[in-house]
Amino acid sequence: MSWITARRRHPAAGYAILVLGLLLIGTVYAAITEGSAGASAPPVANAKQIAYGRKLFVATCATCHGEYAQGQADTAPSLIGVGAAAVDFQVSTGRMPAAELGAENPRKTPRLNERQTHAVAAYIQSLGGGPPIPSAAEVSTTGANVGLGQRLFVAECAQCHNFVGAGGALTYGKYAPALTQATPTQIYEAMLTGPEAMPVFNNATITPAEKRDIIAYVTRVRSEANPGGFSLGRIGPVTEGLVAFLGLLLFCVLAAMWITAKQRKAHD
Amino acid sequence: MTDGMKPGQPGEGGWQSGHDPADAAEPEGHGSPHRVIGTPPPAEARTMLAAQDTAPEHVRELPADPDDPVRAKKVERLVAAIFTLAFLAGCGFIASYVLFTGHTLVGVQHSNMALGGSLALVLLLLGIGTVIWVRHLMPAVELTEERHPLRSTEEERAEFKETFEEGAEASQFVKRPLLRRTLMLASLPLAAAPLVLLRDLGPLPHNDLDYTVWRKGLRLWVYGANRPISPAEFDTPGSVISIIPAGYQDDDDALAKAAVIIIKFRPGQLHFTKENHPVNDKVVENWTVDNIVAYSKICTHVGCPAALYEQTTHHILCPCHQSTFDATRGAKVIFGPAPRPLPQLPITVDAQGYLVAKGDFDQPVGPSFFERGSFPQ
Repeated sequence: MSWITARRRHPAAGYAILVLGLLLIGTVYAAITEGSAGASAPPVANAKQIAYGRKLFVATCATCHGEYAQGQADTAPSLIGVGAAAVDFQVSTGRMPAAELGAENPRKTPRLNERQTHAVAAYIQSLGGGPPIPSAAEVSTTGANVGLGQRLFVAECAQCHNFVGAGGALTYGKYAPALTQATPTQIYEAMLTGPEAMPVFNNATITPAEKRDIIAYVTRVRSEANPGGFSLGRIGPVTEGLVAFLGLLLFCVLAAMWITAKQRKAHD
Repeated sequence: MTDGMKPGQPGEGGWQSGHDPADAAEPEGHGSPHRVIGTPPPAEARTMLAAQDTAPEHVRELPADPDDPVRAKKVERLVAAIFTLAFLAGCGFIASYVLFTGHTLVGVQHSNMALGGSLALVLLLLGIGTVIWVRHLMPAVELTEERHPLRSTEEERAEFKETFEEGAEASQFVKRPLLRRTLMLASLPLAAAPLVLLRDLGPLPHNDLDYTVWRKGLRLWVYGANRPISPAEFDTPGSVISIIPAGYQDDDDALAKAAVIIIKFRPGQLHFTKENHPVNDKVVENWTVDNIVAYSKICTHVGCPAALYEQTTHHILCPCHQSTFDATRGAKVIFGPAPRPLPQLPITVDAQGYLVAKGDFDQPVGPSFFERGSFPQ
């Protein structure tokens, strides 16, 4: 401590504290913005699984969606015919069961595990059909055309999700979520089923191969290098310009302070 | 002009001897008693202090040396070290220019980084060294310097006027109107040249803004995939997809106006009109196929791609300025700065069952412009 005591009134101490503070903020921010991703396997539906799914549905979902998934006016839509893909998307991303009624259900830690999710999905599938959960091969990006994926993503998805999938605002509190944590299966299911305000892109409109191209672009763009070391939310050159501007401004202020600081006389 | 003598006065004798060596090319013995505009005045006129007989005694205003010679020596070494580093960084700049010659993207990145970094380092070190020099070696003494009126004296002004007028006369510019006028004539084309250059900035738009490449029977292609699409394929309510005119995938000029989105609705969601032209709040039923509507993708505000579609509210949003259109009511503007609904493209199906246009839009797409509507659709 005596080392600090001796130097705390040093003319450079203020600058040192400032720099240390900025470093600390940057490090903590970088640490908490790390993401992770999971994976899921296609289910094999059978009567036992459907019965288990029915049990889980009544316990977890029926409060809002009704005992027979018929839905409730102004609260929850009917789930008959939405298909297993829609259920898997909503439950595996943690959006369902919803914590509260709001404009947008945020992504959160899933309440049901993968086996339970697939059971509920199989139950809903048994009610009225609909798009099934895609297999691992259907969402594989091996050999995908990332360039075509980018063209399609920019034309069909970027107006809401941002050109690198950073997400964006919609109307009345709704928003298009960031795609930084979505798994390939979830991206595929979202395109196929159109959750919430998102439009549907069925397999005839955007073919499964093109969906894989889009998934390849979305997942590939996450690993693109960030010039300067930080992604800055990836919302485009505006953030980078702002940070560069503010950084340089700070530097100029510090430089001006140093140039014009009162000279210390020999007898000080 | 402390000597009060007019420069170039006849009989002065200083005129020929006093001019600069640079003027030696002029013919000697010109004989003119007057100065020519643009040549320096005689030496006598320029040495204002020469007439003063006694210079004031020199009083030192600044100390010759810093107070602390030991510290000054230390600072001197520090600044010298910084300047040496700046020299090395400068050598590094030249070295990077020679060494990084890659023509790949990564090579150019490295080259830019090395060149910019070393140059920035040179300038930064020079600045830092200079500031340290100024702050620690140069004296910090406040000096006062009296200001003088900026206006020239009456004599100087009169003399300037005289010189100017003499010059104007001697140049023959006033006396010889033929020369003057042909000179002005010669400079006219140069003055007019910008008009021609401006004209060449691009071809005149003519009526290009009023029409798109959509025509009867032209297929709707899915953007990116470049394939036709049928109502049977585009059959899920809540679907939306970007469309281009078939075969125009590489024609950016055409796509800039002809881009379209098609949206599929459930039966009963659309508010139809039986009319064959746009009606406020309504979708032209005759221009749709199986509850599929085609709207221009170009926002009527400033032309951004308005393709942000919410299938729950059936709103089309423009991401630039939040103009909001109700897709079930003929893309009526319900919020934002857009002045008009998005134009609806008349569509039908061809013999193979693929979606085709019934014709061009019934109005110019995109933002307003002065001559909008002056050509029949």
